[in-house]
Amino acid sequence: MSTTTSTDSRARGKAPAGERVADWADGRLGIYSLAKANMRKIFPDHWSFMLGEICLYSFIIIILTGVYLTLFFHPSMNEVEYHGSYVPLQGQLMSEAYKSTLDISFDVRGGLLIRQIHHWAALIFVAGMFVHMMRVFFTGAFRKPREINWLFGFLLLVLGMFTGFTGYSLPDDLLSGTGIRFMEGAILSVPIVGTYLSFFLFGGEFPGDDFVARFFSIHVLLLPGIMLGLVVAHLILVFYHKHTQFPGPGKTNKNVVGMPLLPVYMAKAGGFFFLVFGVIAAVAAIATVNPIWAIGPYRPDMVSTGAQPDWYMGFSEGLVRVMPGWEINFWGHTLVLGVFIPLMIFPLVLVAIAVYPFIESWVTGDKREHHILDRPRNAPTRTAFGVAWMTLYFVLLIGGGNDIWATHFHLSINAITWFVRIAFFVAPVVAFVVTKRICLGLQRRDKEKVLHGRESGIIKRLPHGEFIEVHEPLSQEQLYTLTAHEQPKPLELGPEVDENGVRRKVKASEKLRAKLSKGFYGEESQIPKPTVEEYKEITSGHGHH
Amino acid sequence: MKKLSARRRHPLAALVVLLLALACTGGLYAVFAPADKAQADETAQSLTIEEGKKLYTVGCASCHGTGGQGTSDGPSLVGVGAAAVDFQVSTGRMPAATSQAAQIPRKKNIYSQAEIDQLAAYIASLGAGPAVPTEEQYGPEGADAAKGGELFRNNCAQCHNFTGKGGALTHGKYAPDLEGVTPKHIYEAMLTGPQNMPSFPDSTLSEQNKKDVIAYLNAVNGEETESYGGLALGGIGPVAEGLFAWIFGLGALIAVAVWVAARTAKAKKS
Repeated sequence: MSTTTSTDSRARGKAPAGERVADWADGRLGIYSLAKANMRKIFPDHWSFMLGEICLYSFIIIILTGVYLTLFFHPSMNEVEYHGSYVPLQGQLMSEAYKSTLDISFDVRGGLLIRQIHHWAALIFVAGMFVHMMRVFFTGAFRKPREINWLFGFLLLVLGMFTGFTGYSLPDDLLSGTGIRFMEGAILSVPIVGTYLSFFLFGGEFPGDDFVARFFSIHVLLLPGIMLGLVVAHLILVFYHKHTQFPGPGKTNKNVVGMPLLPVYMAKAGGFFFLVFGVIAAVAAIATVNPIWAIGPYRPDMVSTGAQPDWYMGFSEGLVRVMPGWEINFWGHTLVLGVFIPLMIFPLVLVAIAVYPFIESWVTGDKREHHILDRPRNAPTRTAFGVAWMTLYFVLLIGGGNDIWATHFHLSINAITWFVRIAFFVAPVVAFVVTKRICLGLQRRDKEKVLHGRESGIIKRLPHGEFIEVHEPLSQEQLYTLTAHEQPKPLELGPEVDENGVRRKVKASEKLRAKLSKGFYGEESQIPKPTVEEYKEITSGHGHH
Repeated sequence: MKKLSARRRHPLAALVVLLLALACTGGLYAVFAPADKAQADETAQSLTIEEGKKLYTVGCASCHGTGGQGTSDGPSLVGVGAAAVDFQVSTGRMPAATSQAAQIPRKKNIYSQAEIDQLAAYIASLGAGPAVPTEEQYGPEGADAAKGGELFRNNCAQCHNFTGKGGALTHGKYAPDLEGVTPKHIYEAMLTGPQNMPSFPDSTLSEQNKKDVIAYLNAVNGEETESYGGLALGGIGPVAEGLFAWIFGLGALIAVAVWVAARTAKAKKS
C-alpha cells in the first residue's frame, strides 16, 4: 500500500506479492481511495433488495449465452434446403436463420442447452425486473432522490421487452414470424405513415429478405448496448444514493444499517450469482422453451393457433385480441381502429406506472429526501394504485391467452373476451377500492397492536367468572417500527378571500391537487396512528380490556 | 348294359349324350358357379345392413330420424358414408349425450367393431359416401413426414396447433388434441370433416398427402415422439412457458434470495 514507508519495507524485507500488485495498480489507477471509500459501503439486508440482483445476474447470463449463440447463428434469410439431424423437416425449404437455429439445437455441442438457458434467462430477466419494479413501487423507494433511477429502471424494462421481442423473432420460425406479422399489422394501422414505416423497416413488402439481419443488429448490438449503459448508470446511482432501508429501531433517514460490501456482500452477491446461474441452468435443463423444430419454418401463408408472444408482450396481444374490429373507410383509405387504438394504449399502460412517482410528488408537494421505506399499508392510495395497475396488466394477459384459457378451462373464448373487455374498465377500480380498504384495515390492526398488545391466545378466567384473552405488550422495537411512519396532513387550499376580503383566484390545477392530496392523506385514507397519550392512558390502567 | 350298348348306334344316341353332358356341366356349374356365391354374399350383406338398422333404430334414430333423414336434433346421414360412421362411433362421439352442447366430445366407445361395421353398412346403404380406409391408405409405408409437416402447417395448424395439441374455436367449440388418435381415425376425419372441421376429400388432399400428414403427426405428437429440450409443457407455446418462468424460474430464485438473505453475518451477534 502506498502508506507503507520505504524504511519499513526494507526492515521487513520484500513486501508480499499481493501487496506489490496492489501498489502497482494503485500507482496507476488510484484504486486505493476508490476502494477505501466503497469497500465498507453498507448495504441493508432484506430478501426483496436482492430482486435487482436477480435481474443483473440473469442479464449477465443472457449476454454470456448470447455470445455463444452468435458464434453459430446465421442472421440471413437466404432460402436453403434442410438436411440436418431433425427428420420431420428433411428436405424442407427454410431460411438460413431457421436452419442455423435448428443446427444449434441438434448439431452444435451444448447448443440446445445454451439456447434454452438464453431464452429462460430472458423470460426470468423481464419477470425479475417486473417484480423488482413492484418492490420499489410499493415501498415508495422511488421518492426523492431516486426518481431518475426509477426512470432508468423503467427504461430497462421497456428495452428488455423489445430486446426479448427482437430475439424471439430471430429464428424465423412460424411462431415468431406470426409475431412479426402482428407487429407489421400494428405499424400499418398508423394513419398516413404506417405503410412507409413498414416498408422502411422490412426493406419493402413483408417479409422481404432483410428483417432477420436488421433485428439481429438491434438484438445483439443496439438494445443490449443501451441496456448495458443503463445498468451501469443504475448501479452507480444505487451506490451514490445508498440503499434504502425498512423502518426500524436505529434506522434513520441519515444512516444505513447493514453489512459492509467487503467482505460480506461481495461473498453474498458473488455466491448469489452462481445460485441464479444454477437455478436458470436447472430450469433450462428440465423444461424446453420455444421448440422451434416443432413449430416449423415461417411462411407468410401459414399460421398456427396458440400463437402468442413471450409473456412480457402478452398484454399487448391481449389489447389487440379483445379490441372490437372497428374500422373507418373514407376516400379509399381505411383507418383500422381495431389495431390502432390498442397500439396507442400499449405505451400508455407502461407510462401510467412510470410517471406515477412524479404525480405523487406533485400531489403531496413533498420535496424532502426519503431513505426509509414505506410499509405498503401506510401508503394506501399508492398501494391501491399499484394493485389496480397490476390488475389491469393481468386482465390483459388473460386476454392475450384467451384461447389457452378457453381450451384448458373449458370456457367459451367469446365469454373470456367479453370478460376482459368489461374487466379492463371495472377490475382496476374494484382492485383499487378493495386494496385501500385492506390497507386501512391493516393500519387499524397496527394501532390495535400498539395500544393493546399482541393477542397471545391464552384465555384467562377471572375470579368472578369473566373470560379474557391475555394480550402481550409489544417490545419497544416493535412499537417503534409500527409507529415510525409519518402521517402528513392533506394540502389546504387556504381561505378563499385574502386579508382584505378580496376573492383569491384559485387555479383549477390547485383545486385538483388539493382534492388528490385529500385522497392521499385525508381522513378516508389513513387511520390516525396512536398518540403517546393514548398509549400511556391504556397501558397505565391494567385490566382495561 | 347290353341294352345300352345295343342302342349305342341309335340315331338319337348322340343327342342323349349331348343332353347328359349339358346337364352335367349345367349341374356342376349350378353347384360351383360364382353366381351362387354372389347370391350367398348378398344375403350376408343384407343381413349386416339389417343388423345395422336395428342398432341404428336403438342408438341413433332418435336424433337422426328413423331412416337417417335427419331431424332438428341431428343432421341427415344420407351420403355421409361408412368412414364417417366408423369415425364418429368408434371415437365415442356418437351416440352423443346431447345435441345442445357446443361440441360433441370424444368419449368411451360402447360398440364393438362388428357392430360399428354393421351400422356403417346400414348408413352406407342409404347413399354413396366415403368408405372406411384400409391400412394401406393410412399406414406408414411410403409416407413423407416432412412433406406432411408442411401440409399440416398449411391446412391444420390454424386450429390444431403446430403439432396437433388442439386449440380454441368460437363459442366453446374447439379443435381437439390429436395425441393418441389412431391413424385410421385421423384419415377418416380428414376424409369426412366431422363437426366443425372442413373435409379434405382426395381431390383436395390426395391419398398420399393424407398419409404424409398422418406420418408427420406420428413423428411430432405420437407415443415415440421425443421432447428434445426436456418437459414439453403441453406444447402450447409461450403462455405455458411464461407461467413456468414465473412460478418455477422466478419463484425458485426468490426462494433462494430469501434463503441467502436469512443467512447473514448477523448470526454472530447472538
